[in-house]
Amino acid sequence: MLGQIAYALPFLAQGFAVTLWVSLLVVVLSLVAGVMMGVGLVYGPAPLRWAVRIFSDTIRGIPILVLIFFVYYGLPAVGIHLESFWAAVLALTLFKTAQVIEYLRGAVGSIPKGQSEAAMAIGLTFRQRLAYVVFPQAFRRFLPPWINGVTDAVKGSALVSLLGITDLMHAINQVIGRTYEAMPLYILGAVIYFAVNYALSLASRRLEQRFSFIRE
Amino acid sequence: MGYTLNFNLIWRNFDKLWGGLLLSLELAVISIAIGIAIGLLLAVWYVSAGRVVRAGIAAYVEFIRNVPLILLVYLVFYGLPTVVDIAYSAQISFIATLSLYSGAYLVEVFRSGLEAVPRGQIDAGKAIGLTPWQRLVHVRLPTMLRITLPALSNTFISLFKDTSIASVISVPELTYGAQWINFNTFRIVEVYLVVTAMYLFTGYALLYALRLVERRFRAAH
Repeated sequence: MLGQIAYALPFLAQGFAVTLWVSLLVVVLSLVAGVMMGVGLVYGPAPLRWAVRIFSDTIRGIPILVLIFFVYYGLPAVGIHLESFWAAVLALTLFKTAQVIEYLRGAVGSIPKGQSEAAMAIGLTFRQRLAYVVFPQAFRRFLPPWINGVTDAVKGSALVSLLGITDLMHAINQVIGRTYEAMPLYILGAVIYFAVNYALSLASRRLEQRFSFIRE
Repeated sequence: MGYTLNFNLIWRNFDKLWGGLLLSLELAVISIAIGIAIGLLLAVWYVSAGRVVRAGIAAYVEFIRNVPLILLVYLVFYGLPTVVDIAYSAQISFIATLSLYSGAYLVEVFRSGLEAVPRGQIDAGKAIGLTPWQRLVHVRLPTMLRITLPALSNTFISLFKDTSIASVISVPELTYGAQWINFNTFRIVEVYLVVTAMYLFTGYALLYALRLVERRFRAAH
């Protein structure tokens, strides 16, 4: 049994690399999209605010699995052909983006209005106000929930296995298909996911402590 | 873009979606009920227990929270029966998994709720001569439940969405119904539009109803 699992380790490692790669792509892309849309939600004109609100509430209201199937099966039907890998990344990114929008809204909303008004009074432009006054203060509030959300991205990436992408989850199922050693392999997989996510949540706890001097 | 929407095949197979939605709700309700029992028990045990028990409960909570739900679902359905001599249907297996899953989240919710009960209430209970058990049942738990109600409703709604994972072990809930129609009729865009609307409508209706309940309980005190 151990021999078979040892034999499969390089294959599992490849799957694990895909898991990390998917998670990284999703985290980075959703950060960029989410911050931009979040700024649109807080500062944009009414139509933009409504559009972002509807986007965020819709995405957060449906199961991530439905979103993945919708993107994967739905896009080719309307003539958009994406590789399954990118369809999965797109779906997970949409999901995460909606969360980042809410983190940003919460973080920026926690900055007293007087800060923006003071910045306006000394003649800073909108961009300067964001870059020098609002974002540096909001950053500390944004960071802990966002890092916590990174573990969700890693866990969510396991769903790409359902599209036949050989991430860690899919690699495990394939090895089980050949060796019939279901329990040891699922436990091994659980331990790997646990190690990554637990390390991430420890990091977020440490960051939270570091910024715990902020009081309102 | 040569795609024309045609919902006829969706309505003809709507029983698959409707039955799926009801099953999703059923799975969520049963799982949160068991999850609440697990969460309450472990939270009460945690706050009064020694170091070893605390470490054990913390290990359970951290393990569940840091492993993907889909892996837990596979582990319980395909893995467990290979090492212990038990047999269960996919549905029962999923309910067990989701209960353990929600239980882990609820231990945390209830534990912080118990800690948030004002000291003065417990002292007042002592002062009128209640035993520790009476203080727990009549003072700490009711206050704790009122404090944790919003977190409980959020957990329930996210569990309702998590029931979609049951489709991977062929439990015929809503997402499974969607896939069935997807593969058998190829009205792909239509079926996911309808299912998205069903999840959204149900989720927000639940949210609204639960907020009403929360308001009532807050108003009473």
